[in-house]
Amino acid sequence: MKQLMLGNDAVARGLYESGCTVVSSYPGTPSTEITEAVATYPEVYAEWAPNEKVATEVAIGASIGGARSFCAMKHVGLNVAADPLFTSTYTGVNGGLIIAVADDPGMHSSQNEQDSRHYAIAAKLPMVEPADSQECKDFVKAAYEISEKYDTPVLFRLSTRISHSQSAVELLEREEVPLKEYKKDPAKYVMAPANAKKRHVVVEERMQALKELAETTGLNRVEDADSDIGIITSGISYQYTKEAVGDKAGVLKLGLVNPLPVKLIEKFVKKYKTIYVAEELDPIIETHVKCLGISCHGKDVFPLIGELSQRIVAKVLLGKENPFDTFEEDVPIRPPVMCPGCPHRGVFYVLHKLGVMVSGDIGCYTLGASAPLFAVDSTVCMGASISGLHGFNKARGLDSAKNSVAVIGDSTFMHSGITGLIDITYNEGVSTVIVMDNSITGMTGHQQNPTTGKTLKGDIVEKVSIEKICEAAGVKRIRVVDPFDMKETERVIKEELAAEEPSVIITRRPCALLKYVKHEKPLIVDRDKCKSCKMCLKIGCPAISIQDGKASIDETLCVGCNLCKSLCPFDAIQSGEEK
Amino acid sequence: MSESKSIMIVGVGGQGSLLASRILGNVLLSQGYDVKVSEVHGMSQRGGSVVTYVKYSEGKVYSPIVELGEADAIISFEVLEAARYVSYLKKGGKIIVSDQQIDPMPVITGAAQYPADIVKKIRDKGIHILDLDALSLAKEAGNAKAANVVLMGALSNIMDFDEQVWLGAVRACVPQKFLELNLKAFDLGRKAHFAE
Repeated sequence: MKQLMLGNDAVARGLYESGCTVVSSYPGTPSTEITEAVATYPEVYAEWAPNEKVATEVAIGASIGGARSFCAMKHVGLNVAADPLFTSTYTGVNGGLIIAVADDPGMHSSQNEQDSRHYAIAAKLPMVEPADSQECKDFVKAAYEISEKYDTPVLFRLSTRISHSQSAVELLEREEVPLKEYKKDPAKYVMAPANAKKRHVVVEERMQALKELAETTGLNRVEDADSDIGIITSGISYQYTKEAVGDKAGVLKLGLVNPLPVKLIEKFVKKYKTIYVAEELDPIIETHVKCLGISCHGKDVFPLIGELSQRIVAKVLLGKENPFDTFEEDVPIRPPVMCPGCPHRGVFYVLHKLGVMVSGDIGCYTLGASAPLFAVDSTVCMGASISGLHGFNKARGLDSAKNSVAVIGDSTFMHSGITGLIDITYNEGVSTVIVMDNSITGMTGHQQNPTTGKTLKGDIVEKVSIEKICEAAGVKRIRVVDPFDMKETERVIKEELAAEEPSVIITRRPCALLKYVKHEKPLIVDRDKCKSCKMCLKIGCPAISIQDGKASIDETLCVGCNLCKSLCPFDAIQSGEEK
Repeated sequence: MSESKSIMIVGVGGQGSLLASRILGNVLLSQGYDVKVSEVHGMSQRGGSVVTYVKYSEGKVYSPIVELGEADAIISFEVLEAARYVSYLKKGGKIIVSDQQIDPMPVITGAAQYPADIVKKIRDKGIHILDLDALSLAKEAGNAKAANVVLMGALSNIMDFDEQVWLGAVRACVPQKFLELNLKAFDLGRKAHFAE
């Protein structure tokens, strides 16, 4: 039976059918749903780890322990996991090991647009890249076979359009794969120099064997056509190419994107006059083809930045474009915003009002950088708010510490905020850190984390205490406030900024989108009392706008959080009536 | 170019475009088409402009996305979003729009203006645009959140599938406890009197 499945769900189904038993990941768009979906199979142990490095190490450990294991992350997560990644190449595997990485060309939900194929080359690992949901499932099986046959972890490359598109998938039964025997083998698993020197030789020999595999594997496919044009492509770019040119050009579709084949490419290009390489982001296949002494078009005609599409391919290859109408007036952009009732909103209003420098982090609260809050000064990567602030304060002196804060969410604090905080206490910093604890990993769509008291599988567990971690790290000033109480929040922030020692303020209130959070009745504006001063607009709530000259609250959006009510100087915003 | 058909569902994050696209995908798969549905997850869901692509073909669908001038139909949950994506409509394609207006943040802060008379301006280009009050119909069905299913009811009028096929898809995609309300929403959308 065929059913429509997201690419990510199909990867999960592939893990299930292939007998995978251990999965550890950290959420990150567009990779998150793989781990959520695989957790629904009772046969598979699946967990959220505090970060991608830990997740990858758990998967490596499970593989050494003899299980088919897996971890998934977004492209920037692989940077965090790069340390274990590079040495797992040397140890190889016992049970099969797949490390999935989802790139985000076009940056739909990311802070950069890096191309994770570079990691496969640098870490000397094989990498497969599926082009639709059926391949997502099939390539998991193929990747486990490669992993176990060649004794290597396998990188599994996804991209937003593959991960988040649904297409038809044929479901099969699970094949149980027995746990492999574990034998102590220090020469293979203890990567001290003496052993690692020998293992590096194994790595290079393995890469030669994988190069031979690249010439013959069914993961690579030739679709010849009676044409002068031949196109080499992979993943989602294959789909754009086929949609644009159909059978009017020959196509070499690569499913194994590292190592790349040589003879297969040489044979393919001989059949065509003009060769194109269609790939998103960096010219990796193109560089390989050119190194073979083959002339081809690639980034000279296709963009280096952002996504490809059938329109771009058709324009380049066929000089053809669809006609279309346009709306002549300016259409205002509609950027993402903090949700109505978001517990972060009041904190950013206060920070903006105080005019302090805000060292930001990765999560929903990155939205505090947008109008009208404009509160965030910098955002780099997971955890950088705290360590970045420490550096900022060391550069600019004690006074700067009295006018700057770091903001970080509960999940991001667990991920990589703790080490930055230890750096502050250890090195006599005096910075002020705000942990915005909304009791969930929010931006990626509500995943549990060590502070929430629940596991991925839904088991109730002891909560990791943010307060106790801060205390153990040597922070003496730890305050907890309700961010809906803006006066108290402001008072506490001012006190901690003034204090000449490290402090942590935990602004604690659960995400407004959590099912257990009870919403109040929508607020209403008394149009007679409203003086159109627009104070209520300063908190950037999407439920409030000006209609016919007066403030107006959208009853379908408002959750009655009262932030706007507490700002109105004329008492014009009132609690709603019972509906 | 391949001969797949393309439908875009556009709106504001949180309006329920994922459910609408799943119902439509279910209808198409049940009729034996090859189908691809491309969704939006993550950051842009937070009240931003969202777009979902649904593509189907008697042959094979390759690209999961819809590009400029390719959509056979655009279903817009909000008026401004219809203006934003009108350039994706194929010549001769149709737009169904809910006449709900949600101010984006630049309009709320006063940095930009919400254009006036959008539906009329699109219609004046000779584009076939149908507008209806999906929000009121959803409330009539029992919940404002069912506007997405009202719009699927409206869409069913311009596609050649039996009503039972659509109802089967609604049943397959909606949780049991909201089923009755959504079936009513679908019916109200299907019977809605369009302004044309």
